[in-house]
Parts: sequence; C-alpha cells; structure tokens
Amino acid sequence: MLSNGSIIPSSLSVKDLLWQVQWDKEKCTLCGRCCAVCPVHAIELGVHRKRHVQIPSLAEIGPATSSSNVYQVYHGVRQRTDPAYACIGCAMCNLVCPNGAIIPLKSDEADKLRFHINRGGQPRRRGGRRNVPDSLGTLDRIKFIRISMLTDPALDAGRHEFELRTLLGRVLPPEENLKLYRENGWIPPVREIYPLIIGSMSFGALSPSMWEGLQMGVGYLNEELGMPVRMCTGEGGCPPRLLRSRFLKYTILQIASGYFGWDEIIHALPEMKEDPCAIEIKYGQGAKPGDGGLLMWYKVNKLIAAIRGVPSGVSLPSPPTHQTQYSIEESVAKMIQSMSMAWGFRVPVYPKISGTSTALSVLNNLTRNPYAAGLAIDGEDGGTGAAYSVSMDHMGHPIASNIRDCYLNLARIGKQNEVPLFAGGGVGKNGKIAANAAALIMLGASGVQVGKYMMQAAAGCLGSESDRCNICNIGQCPKGITSQDPRLYRRLDPEKVAERVVDIFLAFDTELKKIVAPLGRSTSLPIGMSDALAIDDKAASERLQIKYVV
Amino acid sequence: MCRLIALTSDEPQSPMLAIRALDVMREGHDGSGVGLFLSDLGGPFEELKGLPILSGIFTSEGVKRLDQYMASLGFAPKHNISIRNSKTPPPGTPRRDTYVICAYDYPQAWEGLDQKEIELRLMLARLDLRQVGEEHEDMIVYSFWPDVIMLKEIGDPLMVSEYLELGREELKARVILAQGRQNTNYAINLYACHPFFIQGFASMTNGENTAFVPNREYLMSRGFPGYVGYQSDSEVFTHIAHYTLNSLGLGIEAYKHVITPLQDEDIESHPDGGFLKQLKHSCRRLIIDGPNCVIGRLPDNTLFLVQDRKKLRPAIAGGRKGIYAFSSEMCGLEAAIPDRDKSMDFQPMHLDTVIIPSDRSEVRVCSQMEALSLLH
Repeated sequence: MLSNGSIIPSSLSVKDLLWQVQWDKEKCTLCGRCCAVCPVHAIELGVHRKRHVQIPSLAEIGPATSSSNVYQVYHGVRQRTDPAYACIGCAMCNLVCPNGAIIPLKSDEADKLRFHINRGGQPRRRGGRRNVPDSLGTLDRIKFIRISMLTDPALDAGRHEFELRTLLGRVLPPEENLKLYRENGWIPPVREIYPLIIGSMSFGALSPSMWEGLQMGVGYLNEELGMPVRMCTGEGGCPPRLLRSRFLKYTILQIASGYFGWDEIIHALPEMKEDPCAIEIKYGQGAKPGDGGLLMWYKVNKLIAAIRGVPSGVSLPSPPTHQTQYSIEESVAKMIQSMSMAWGFRVPVYPKISGTSTALSVLNNLTRNPYAAGLAIDGEDGGTGAAYSVSMDHMGHPIASNIRDCYLNLARIGKQNEVPLFAGGGVGKNGKIAANAAALIMLGASGVQVGKYMMQAAAGCLGSESDRCNICNIGQCPKGITSQDPRLYRRLDPEKVAERVVDIFLAFDTELKKIVAPLGRSTSLPIGMSDALAIDDKAASERLQIKYVV
Repeated sequence: MCRLIALTSDEPQSPMLAIRALDVMREGHDGSGVGLFLSDLGGPFEELKGLPILSGIFTSEGVKRLDQYMASLGFAPKHNISIRNSKTPPPGTPRRDTYVICAYDYPQAWEGLDQKEIELRLMLARLDLRQVGEEHEDMIVYSFWPDVIMLKEIGDPLMVSEYLELGREELKARVILAQGRQNTNYAINLYACHPFFIQGFASMTNGENTAFVPNREYLMSRGFPGYVGYQSDSEVFTHIAHYTLNSLGLGIEAYKHVITPLQDEDIESHPDGGFLKQLKHSCRRLIIDGPNCVIGRLPDNTLFLVQDRKKLRPAIAGGRKGIYAFSSEMCGLEAAIPDRDKSMDFQPMHLDTVIIPSDRSEVRVCSQMEALSLLH
C-alpha cells in the first residue's frame, strides 16, 4: 500500500474472497477468453509492472553506468477484489482456457467477503441452493434394509414387469368411487403419471433454450418411450404455441400469487386441443418459504414480458400470498374451485406449499375439500432462481419429516390413498436421485418433484453446495440455463438438453427398479412401505418411525 | 414354503384326508404347525347348522372365563366336543388343557336382530374373547361362527392330528382347508398361523406379502372393528376378500383385480376397463406384492384360489364329480383324490382365479383379461 493510500472497511484482498483465481503466467497465451467469458467480470486484463534488479559487476561501474533497476511490463490476468465483482467460482475461465492456465480455487478459510455483500443496505440475493456442503442429508442416510431373501425371492429388475406409476388427483374411497361409477356421477379427475416430476421452473427463470429442451425431452419420453413424465411450468405462463398443442397434456400449469401469464392462458382456453395434466396453485416454495416469486429485471426481456403480460425491464416480485385471500381456507377452496371450473372439472387442481410445521393444518383442510387433488410440499433444500440468501439458508422445514407427518396423519384418518402427497426440495441434491425419491415414496410420498437436479444433469448447471456460481438471479448464467440474454442462452443446445432429459429418466427408472426389486415390490409403487427403511440415527428413526440400524 | 390343501366334497370327509395330503407334501413344510378350517359340517353339527360354534384353545381357567363370558351374553352351550388329552403331546407341541369346539344357542335377546347385526355381534364377541385371552394368557380363540370349526396347533401336522384324534367320526366336513407350516419365526404365535378367519371368510397363503405395511395401514383405517390382528402379513388377504365382497359388494372374480390389478395397457383394452381403472385407483393401497398363492373359502362355502401377479408359488386344482381340491403340489392332490381324471388337472397362472361354488357343479377359471359379470 502506498503511504498515502487509504482503505475502506470493504477493501478486501484476494485472500479474503471465497474464490481465488489461480493464473499461470507460463501457460497463459493471453488470448483473453477467460476475461471475456467471466459472467461477473471478476478478472480483467492485468498490466503488471515488474522491477528487475540488475546488478552490474564492479568493473562495469563507471560514471556512465545507468540505474540497476529495470522496470518491465507484462500482461496477464488480475482478479478484482471489489465485493461487487467477486469471483463466483463458476470456472468458466477454466473451461474456455486453451492451456488450462487459470482456475478458481476455494479459500482455505471462511471468507471475509460474506460480511460485505450487503452494500447499499441491500442484503445478498442469489439463485441456486442452500449451500450446506458438509451435511449428508437425511434422505441420503436412509437405507433400504428389507431385502427379499429365501422366503420371498428378490425380483429381477431387468426382466420382470414393474408398475412404477403414481396417481395425481383426488381418489375417492372405494365404496363411494364405485357407487359414482355405477351411477355415472362425477368422479374427480385422476392422472396416471410417472412418479418423478420436473418441478416448477418458470419460463423466465429458465432460458428459452432450457425450457424448450425440457419440453422436447418430456415429449419424447411420453410419445416415444411411453413414460408418462410431467413437467410443471412454474409461475411464468406458458408459450402460446404450447398452450394450443397436444403437448399441453404433459404440462402442469402453475398459478401463483403474481398470476403472471394467466391472461394468456385464460384466453387460450377455447383453443386448447388438450387439457393440461393438472393445475398447481403455488402458495409457497421451499427455497424461500413465505416469500413470493421473484424475477429480477435483468431477465425481463421483451419475450418474457409478453408471455407474462407485463412491461419489460422491471423486476417481477410476486406477493408472498394470493391477494384475493380473505381467509386462507376459503381462498384455497375458492381457487381450487375456480380452476376446476375453468376446465370443466376435468383437470386435477392441487396446492403446493413450502415445507412448514403447519403443513398438517393445510392438509387437514384439503382432506375436507373434495376438489383438492393432492398436496405438493417443497422442503428447505429446494432451489430457486432468485431469493434472499437469508431465506434460502435459514427458512423452511426439511422434507423428510414433513412428508412423513402428513402421510401418517392421512393414514390415521384413512385418507392415505385419497390425497396424494408430492415431495420436493433437495431430491438428488448429492446426486442420489433414485435413492432419495424411493426413500420419500416409502415415507409416504406419491411422487417427487425435482428442479435443480434437472438443471445439473440435463444442462450442466455449475451450482453446488459450496456456494459456486449461484447467479441465476441476474441472468448471467454462464451455461445459458437461466439467462435471457441470447448471447448466453445460445450456448445451450435444446436438442442436447432433451437428450439428457431422456437419459436421466431412463437411468432413474433402472435405478428405481434396482431399489424396489430387491424389496420384492413390483405390482405397485411402494408408497408408505416404511418397513423397508432404516437410518443410523436413533432420533431420526424415532421421528420418522422407521427402523434404527447401526 | 408352507403347503396348502383345500377340499370340497359332496360327502363329509375326515380332516385326516387333508392332513395326509399335507404329509406327502412334507418336503415343503417343517412340521412346525398345522392349521385347519372345517365348514359345511357333517356329523352332530350338521343339525346345528345355524348355531355359532366357538373354536379355540383354553386353559382350565380360560374355560371358566369362557363359560362366564358366554353366559353373560346369554349364549347357552348346545353341543360340545372339547378335546382333552392326557397322552404326551408330540415333540414341539405344548400340552394344552382343552381344545374347545362348542356350538351355542343364540341369546334370547338377539331374537329379531337382522343378519348383519348378528354377524357383527358374533365377531365382536370373538374379538372380546381374544383380547381377554391375550391379557390373561388363558384363551386362544380362532372362530365363533355358524358351521365353522377351526384348529391350529404347533407341531407336525400328522402327529398333532393323530394326537388329537381328529379322525373321529363327529369331525367331518364337506369343506376343508389345511395348512402345513414352514416356520419363519422363532416363537410361534398361533394368531399368526393360517388359515385366518373373519365373518365366514377364511383364507390361507404360502408366501410373503411385501406390501403388508401399506395394506395393514389401509385396512386398519377403514373403521371396521374386525380389521385387527395382523400378526402375519398374510392376514390381510382374508380381510381384503371380506372388504371386497362385504364393503364393495363385488364378487370373488373381482378379488384379484383388487390385490393384483392389471397393468394400465391391459386395462385400456379390457371390456370392463372403465370399472377396473376406478377399482385400481381407489383400492391402490390394497394391492399386494411378493410371492403368494391364496386359497380361501367364502361364507357360502365357495372355494377360491388366486396367484400373485408373477405366479411365484405353485398350485394345482383337480378332482372328480363330487370332490375337488386345490393343492400346493400335485402329490398332495394325488394323495387326496387319486381316482380322478388327471388330464383335467389345472395349474392356475398369474391371471387366474379358480372358483368352486358350494354345489361343486363346476371348477370355474376366470382370467383377469375376461369381462367381469358385473352387477346391477
């Protein structure tokens, strides 16, 4: 530091940052690609001045001998330390470097940056995930212990027939259902779907390439492979052509508190060739419970604005709750009723809430509402395109115990087959998607919703539990997954995304069979088969009412 | 794997016929227990057809408690062939004070009650006795129902039957279900032994029901007091049959559609597809899994047999006019009815329900792919 230099409280050194860029002068070709690709401009051209001390021999020293200091300049990369430009660890620099001359490394201690990402009084906002790297989640610790041996032979995952579908929709008690069937009465609509659902990620939160890729993958799975996979739109409306196509039946339309896109949807109603799979009413989201959706202005371009029916270039925060609410029970009932009515009571309508200790109250209300088609619960590990960091890190309820409580409550009142529960939030967050899904199903979920896993596996999202990247909110996604900037989203080939979606579902299907076959299950999805589960934690086993093993 | 045999005959048969058939299938059971169900009774009980018969095992204290309980309800003993045996029991069989088989006259107070109410009260009385018996460890009650005798005991089927002299003249029946047990538990709870019984429905199984926990949870949440017990994962088969016929009003042909429904593609092309889809959806928690051959008896003395979805257990049906049998193995059938046309023997497959009506007029095989005779 110069003697007359000054520091401010937020003056940080590279050491204070979470991600430190290592640059190798020897390997660098000075091509500049790293600086060009960096989504947050964390690195820039560095013109470095360097002194070379040249000491002449004594014999050479004379009156005309010049200074022994030689100053030279060399060019390279410099990491910026301004918190606004801190490296996010995405490592796109490394991806594009022809020589592997640059890579971000994680600090060996807790960073100081975290104390300064609130300048202007604006707390940190980001996208992505919770960033709890060291905890092996409850779901990952659940084991499947009831292996069929001798008395009941294990089944052959590769050759036996399996029925791995689930039901989305209100199922009536058998007596009532058969009576209504005989009398031609109204029976609530029920969809037979694949138990792994692509959870709600909006057109807007996701780039057009990503959305198109997911839709194409889902279309292929349904029409070519006969797997009834469904995808939820999230709160961002639905492209007009999709609304008027036969592919709408593979889509769950979401309505949330901002009602974005619903003008378009309602107007498309008379022209719809197919009913949507279902309507999801979003009341909450696991990543930011009790907080509304948020699409920041960076991402609201003309296309997004048109589909959502809003002006472009403004942030779109949805309110935390539906504005029509007078009392929650009435409002839920009314919304379910209105949505059902819009499609002539042919489409299942269900709410989605964030994991919460009050989930049981919500559920109890739904059990008394004959039009409620299910309940989706999104646990604390759910992801988001944009949220306050504090919400993501500290708010919400883990999904395992929440879903278990709800299931056991349904079983107590005899409605475990009537109101299907769908679990989301951290399914596959450590890559173990089939094991996590099977555990949730055996705890009582009828199916699971996944978002982040699809982004990572189908599109190469860089996010991790180590606070890597996490800039979905500002539209600078370096992979083009959550960006609305054509220069970025052209990096993502929708066809390749679709291929990966198909890969994921086929692999998941095999893995799920590899779990249920040894348990001797094949005739139906083992919902609530809790005798198969165990965990190596006494307290957790008691809480979940499953076996304890060591 | 346990071995099963069920007989239905125009002429009353001794249960020893079934026991000997079990004995030739002994490679498959370990002699750890025997279960017997008799109905359409011959002998002295034939004249008492409408009167409920109580079957169970009692200590001397238990007999006194039973007498008090039955008297308090107003039941009067009508005919009793209680078995007391002073001989040394066969190896593994505990010494019991009394095996009770006793027909009662209905209480006067029950006169005029409708049939449903009587059936409910009979079941509640059995459950009461079972509960009290479990508390005091002096009574094990298997059944309390008209025209039904049950007996279950630990030990080798043939040795136990000879020890209890089950070949006696007064113990003949036209419908007999018998199971030779292959033990998979250390301690044997007699309530975990087959056949299971509820309100005239009885069934026995060899196999393992891997969907037991969701099945049990669902049955227990139906609010029907008889859906209790579940010491064995196979008890749900009996209760699901009861639920299918009594609560849903369906025929036994629909039973297999409840426990092992067709896959969606097959339902699409089924003549009763619409109905089956609703049934599959609403009875989803009653879908069973795992290897199972279920053989059972309905209140009207119809016998039925169904296989699991993958047919992972053996079974054969055969017989001649006047006597038919279901057996786990051909040698069992051969022992029970040797003089039959073997070319007519039939091994039911994964879609089949085999039904022998009480008049034994035919052996009917319904495939799940066929239209159901739906009701009205």
